[in-house]
Amino acid sequence: MHVERTSTLEVRTSEDVVRVRQEVRNRSGAVGFSLVDQTKFVTAASEIARNTIDHGGGGLARIETITVPGKRGLRLVFEDQGPGIADIALAMQDGYSTAGGLGMGMPGAKRLSNEFYVESVPGKGTKVTLVRWKAT
Amino acid sequence: MEQIPILKVGRCLLVSIQIDMHDKLAMALQDDLTQKLVETRARGVLIDISALDLVDSFIGRMLSNIAAMARVLDTQTVVVGMRPQVAITLVELGLTLPGIRTALDVDRGLALINKLIDEPEGDSGARGAH
Repeated sequence: MHVERTSTLEVRTSEDVVRVRQEVRNRSGAVGFSLVDQTKFVTAASEIARNTIDHGGGGLARIETITVPGKRGLRLVFEDQGPGIADIALAMQDGYSTAGGLGMGMPGAKRLSNEFYVESVPGKGTKVTLVRWKAT
Repeated sequence: MEQIPILKVGRCLLVSIQIDMHDKLAMALQDDLTQKLVETRARGVLIDISALDLVDSFIGRMLSNIAAMARVLDTQTVVVGMRPQVAITLVELGLTLPGIRTALDVDRGLALINKLIDEPEGDSGARGAH
């Protein structure tokens, strides 16, 4: 896999979430995503960016334009040094929330992505990776 | 400080969200609207989201909260102008916006609100049953 272009944004305030959305919107447009696919991936980014703040105490978002033979896509990596997720399987269930939200963020973002990975070490932090490929 | 304007039109409060709202702004709108409802004794709330290119779980929850609070204050809420790609994404995200009525555009939304104010739902059929 080849990374064509990378940008890194801070994710600490609710304004930062808007900036992440705008950057993901611009970059997914540049990759050539359809309007529906752009909207899906921007929405997924918004959910995970908010989690980075609410659960991780803030962190960084890395936005990468990637290529593998035959396809192009966008990869988003959200990393924080927060308390981590004790039970990832539980966090991926619809309606499960520890922050008083709707509990749709993680499972919803997974449905809106083509690939979705969560790595978390309790006490160390969480890394969430989302990938969406341009439909061919 | 940035703020989303709330206009009184007839018996209705009209809100048109024209910017990409961050979460604090969405919370402020929810509070402002509830306050305005009490002050103006409006009977309906029309929220135009035709300029929004995203409704995530936070904005979805804000819309549901507004509708729920308005209902407690005997007010009808209609959300209008949702873009097709936003609707597709909402469903896949898993949000169904419970308790929210929708219409295609502002004209139809106002017509629906006026109808709901004049003939509250469940009234016509239920009366005869007593």
